Order: sequence, then structure tokens, then C-alpha cells
Amino acid sequence: MKLKLTTLALGAALAAGPAMAELVFPSLSYRTGPYAANGIPFADGYADYFTLLNERDGGIGGEPIRMIECETGYNTEKGVECYESTKGEGALVYQPLSTGITYQLIPKATADGIPVHSMGYGRTSAKDGSVFKNIFNYPANYWDGASVAIKHLLDINGGSLEGKKIALVYHNSAYGKEPIRTLEELSKKHGFELSLLPVDHPGQEQKSQWLQIRREKPDNVIMYGWGVMNQVAIQEAANIRYPMDQFIGIWWSGSENDVRPAGDKANGYKALTFHNVGDDFPVFADIKKFVVDAGKAAGAGDQIGTALYNRGLYAAMLAAEAAKTAQKIHSTKALTPAQMRDGMEALEITEAKMAGLGLPNFGPEFTVSCENHGGNGLVAVSQWDAAADSWSLITEYVQSDQDVLKPLIAEDAAAFAAESGITPGC
Amino acid sequence: MPEQLAFALEVTANGLMAGVLYALVALGFVLIYKASGIFNYAQGVMALFAALTLAGIIDGQVPFSHLINAVFGTDVHYFGWNAPAFLAILLTMVVMIGLAYAVQRLVFRHLVGQEPIILFMATIGLAYFLEGVGDLMWGSDIKSIDVGLPQGMNTWIDDSTFNTLGYGFFIDNLDIVASIIAALLVIILVMFAQYTKQGRAMRAVADDHQAALSVGVSLNFIWILVWSLAGFVALVAGIMWGTKSGVQFSLSLIALKALPVLMLGGFTSIPGAIVGGLIIGVGEKLFEFLIGAPFLGGATENWFAYMLALIFLVFRPQGLFGEKIIERV
Repeated sequence: MKLKLTTLALGAALAAGPAMAELVFPSLSYRTGPYAANGIPFADGYADYFTLLNERDGGIGGEPIRMIECETGYNTEKGVECYESTKGEGALVYQPLSTGITYQLIPKATADGIPVHSMGYGRTSAKDGSVFKNIFNYPANYWDGASVAIKHLLDINGGSLEGKKIALVYHNSAYGKEPIRTLEELSKKHGFELSLLPVDHPGQEQKSQWLQIRREKPDNVIMYGWGVMNQVAIQEAANIRYPMDQFIGIWWSGSENDVRPAGDKANGYKALTFHNVGDDFPVFADIKKFVVDAGKAAGAGDQIGTALYNRGLYAAMLAAEAAKTAQKIHSTKALTPAQMRDGMEALEITEAKMAGLGLPNFGPEFTVSCENHGGNGLVAVSQWDAAADSWSLITEYVQSDQDVLKPLIAEDAAAFAAESGITPGC
Repeated sequence: MPEQLAFALEVTANGLMAGVLYALVALGFVLIYKASGIFNYAQGVMALFAALTLAGIIDGQVPFSHLINAVFGTDVHYFGWNAPAFLAILLTMVVMIGLAYAVQRLVFRHLVGQEPIILFMATIGLAYFLEGVGDLMWGSDIKSIDVGLPQGMNTWIDDSTFNTLGYGFFIDNLDIVASIIAALLVIILVMFAQYTKQGRAMRAVADDHQAALSVGVSLNFIWILVWSLAGFVALVAGIMWGTKSGVQFSLSLIALKALPVLMLGGFTSIPGAIVGGLIIGVGEKLFEFLIGAPFLGGATENWFAYMLALIFLVFRPQGLFGEKIIERV
């Protein structure tokens, strides 16, 4: 007990200790292992944006950035080891890049006073900042994704899903099961029939699921997949000639890696996203000039503009903007994790701000507050053009159904607060 | 024909096809285990490595380009040509034979006479090493393999079954090709083992290393041969699975699909791998269709395959076609 208290006190002292001379952003990346193809572009985008800020602007507010990359291999234990080995370096915010690692870090980071940003993954109810004081999941979460998928289907079905059949093909894990409760509530509200088709990890064999889809002929299929499961699902959908424009994946089922193996047959497949796609943004010219051409790119520079590279870059941009906000709030250039948390909680992303950063219309506008750590739940739909080998947004950023989601989030957050002995409050 | 019966027949046909794909992976395990008593944990990674090499050669990728660029400050990634599929397969086979030679000379030659568990541990190390080398050599991005294999629904079967049974069956063209190739592979391997000098030497080594040595059979050569054959089978499995899902590092996990096949068919029988694959394929698909999806929430295939294999183990520990181990004191 004594040892535990000492460890906690030491952790708190580290977190609240004197501000470092550099702004430290750990990157829990996975460049090896079965999911490396997805981990590399994200890690490259995350690193390249910070390199750009260092090279072009001298850091954030004149304070240089130090990014510490730690390889997790998308393995939860390794992710926790990475956290433990880097938190003492003055880490300002962690992006665990894995729902499993996020769940492990929620109690640890809360005890250490270090903020965690699980952007579009992790525990959905972390949106409730009155309970999850150090956890942020803006700008959107899994339940927002499920809700916006249904809103999109409502739009293309004349506003009614009454009597329609919708199938959810999902990774049979905590992540894949996340949207089930939301979709069940939405099926009651909109009168569609929901069928659930789990796929066991890793998802290389999905014949049973797609034969079932062929038999039951659902009007639409929503997918919450990851890794090889995505490529196989899209290939199997093409094999049974399921219309691709009726097949919509969450953002983790919406990278170039997921659609390219199926070739032309993936044309028309849709995926949700909370950031824009492609490389037609002014910031990429700066990245080319200050990072790639200077030989300082994290990778070979061939991932720029891909869905996952853009997501990594977007995550870094949001972290940098939160750091700027924190610097303003506390009138200091050097930051502590606690000050960074304050910056994240006061973050406001506007179109004017994004345009100023060379990222016009790159993501939704949103604000974060003590009660709301998840942003406004704005999500867009993108579609794959196989001939052009690119994604394009086919909708504006649409807000999720807050009437359905708010009570679900409140319920889950209250349950977490009760089991963890947390008194909610702002 | 009642609709449910038609569905069940379609599921059975697809289960048979899936079983063939599992058997393709299991065959590699059997070859090595039969000849050397080594349970080759690296067989799945060998399939991945073969598929990566094939895709890399077809695309004209420079091997170890990231390493070369990092050390020499160059910026080379591709040679600028695409190799024809047939030539690429031949070159990949040369690489797999080279790998077999290296594995034998550098690892297993030094472990002759060691306990089976030591040899097994060595293959675990080999698996991780090969995965790392594959990553370093060809990169981590997902690659497509196009060696001209047909994919997608077979319309002839769809139309024929629709006209005769009132319900069009879905059978993937790739699965049909895989079945034909697997059948040919088994015939070739069995004929090689039965009717060639090297094949007979291989069987002699499998029966008794010491006795084979005493009549002048070269253990080193036979083991290189066996690892090369396993490399060839891994290449075939890599092509089939890589065409289905793209070549990526999770391809190595297909080994998990082969384990229940081996438990059921026996670790030492080539026909056993095929029959085991078919039983597992049909069993898991029918169970999912009849019980798993309607009553258990689905996703039962993985655990059902192992459960089925365990049931067989209880009654026939050596597997359906495995050799009964009798140890006399």
C-alpha cells in the first residue's frame, strides 16, 4: 500500500512538475506487425506535421516540439509499456491509436494527470468530460459514426428506412461491438430491421457471413472492420455482386488499403470520415518544401494525401492547436500535461482557423468543453473512385442524432463513474 | 427443393472449397513434420514471405530498398519493370529454395539430435525472423497479387443450380481453381514420394533417420528438399490467400486455420491434410449456418474448428490418417 501511494505520489509529482523546455508529444505507433500497413501512414502524418511546425515555425509558440515515437505493434501490453516508458519525459498528450490501449490508459493517465486523445476510437462515453476528466475523443466517436451512417441512408432513401433491412458486419471485438447499442436504438426509432454479423479476428475467412448476406439481401450493409477483415469483406461483397454504393464502412474501414486489393470492383464503396481526403490543401505544399524535400519526412513521402496519413496529420494539428490554446490560457510557452489538458478542454476549431493553417474545410468545426470532450459529432461520407484511385467527400459534415446518443453516453458514463468511484462534475 | 436445404447445400459446397484452402496451408506442416519430426511454426510466415516475394518481383520492387536508401542516401524503390507472373513464380521458388538451404545450414543442422521442443522453439524464432526480413525486404504496405487467377461468382454454377434447384449457388471461381491446384499438388507430392529416388529417400528419413543415414541417404539434402517442397506449398497457399485478401502481414495468421486440420487429419499424412481440411471446412460452415448464426450470435467458425478437432483427438489422438505411435519399453 505504501509502495502504491509512493508510486502515485511520484506520478503526480512528475505530471505536475516543472514545465519542460520542449513540448513533448509521444507517438504510440505501429510500424510493424499485422496492422503496419495502416499504422505507418498515420504515424507518418502525425510526425510530418510536427516536423513542419518545427522547421517552419520553430515549434509551437516558439517552443520546439520533441516527438517520441514508441512502437506498439498494435499490441495492448506493448502500448502500456510505451506509455510507462515515455510519460516521465514530460509527455503532454497520448494518442494510443488503439481501442485496447486506450481502455488500459484511461485509469493510468487519469491518475497521472496526463490527457489522452482517442480520436475516433476508444471508449465512446469518454465524451462525457464530467466523468472522464483526462480523456478526449473529439471530433467524433463510434456512435456518431453509426448514427451518421443511418442519417445518410435516410437521405438516400427519401427520409424513411421503414421496413428496410440493414446488416452490421463487425469485427468480433469490443471495438466492433461498439455501434450495436446505437444501431438497435436507431432501428426502433426508424423502423428498420437490424441483423448482426460478427467476424472473428483476423477476418480472412468470411464466406459464411457473405453467404448469409446473399440469402437475406439486406438493403444496406454497415461495416466496423479492421485490417485484413476490411479487404476480405469488400472482396466478398464484390464476389456476391453486392452493390458497393449500399455498403458503408466506419472510418477504420475506409483507407486506400481496404479498397485497392479488390480493384475496380470496389468502385462506389462508401466510408465515413471526420476529416477531408486527398492532398489538395495548401499545407501539403509546405510539408513538401520543409519536410519531404528537406529529407526530414518520417516515411518515404509516398503516403501524403492518403486517408490515414491525413488522419495522422489531423491528429497532430488538433494536438498543436490545443497546445496553442493552453499557452494562451496559462500565458506560458512551456507546458505541463495539466495545462495541456486545459488547452484541450478549451479547444475551438473553426473554419477560419483551419484555413489559416492551410487546411480549409479539412475537418468539421467543433468546440470542446468540460461537459463535452467529444466535439459536435460531425461526420461526412466519402466514396471510393476506383478509376481515379481516390476518395472524395460526397456529403457535408452531418451531426449525429444527439437525441439518441446523449442518453446512451450519459448512461455509460454514469456506470463508469459508479464502478470507478468518480464523482462527476465540472 | 425446400429453401433451407438449398442453402445448406450451398454452404456445404462453400465449406468444401474453404477446406481445400485450409488444407493447402496444412500440407506444408505435414511435409516437414513427416520428414524431420519438426512442427514448423513458421509455415504461415513462409506463405507470407513467399507471397511478398512474388508480389515484389512482379511489381519490380527493389528488395531492401528502405535499408539501401537509409544507408546510402539513395532514393530507389522500383526497377521500372514488371515481371511476367510465370517468371516471377519461378524466381520466387528459387528464393524459397535458397531459404530452405539457409534454414537447414544455419539453424537445423546445428540442432540435430535435440529434443522436439527445441526444434519447435527454433521454428518460432524463425517465424519472427522471417516476418522481420519480409518487412525489411518488401515493406509493410498491402500488395495485390495478380497471376491471372479468375475471381468472383461462377455464373455457370449459379445459372445451372438456379435452373435445376430453383436457387442459384454461389461458388467463387478462385475457390474452384484452388481445389484443382490442391488436388494436383497432392497427386504430385504422393507420386514424388512413392515413385522417385528422392521421394523414397524422404520416406526413409521420415521412418528412421539413423537407418536412412546408414544406407547412405544424405540427411542434409533430404531436409533441404523437404523445406523447399514446404516452401513451394507455402507459395501456392500464399498465392491463393494473397489473391483473396491482398498480401499483408496478417497472411501469416492463416496457420491458425491449419492447426485443427492437422489435429484432425494427422500430422504425417498428405491425404489426411486434405480430408481434414474438407471436414473442418464443411463442419464449421454448416455449424455456423445451422446453429451458430441462428442461436449463438454467429462467429462460431474459429472455435468450432478447434472443438471438432479436439473431439477427434479424444477418440483418435494420432488423427484420422496419422501413424499410431507405439513406444515399447
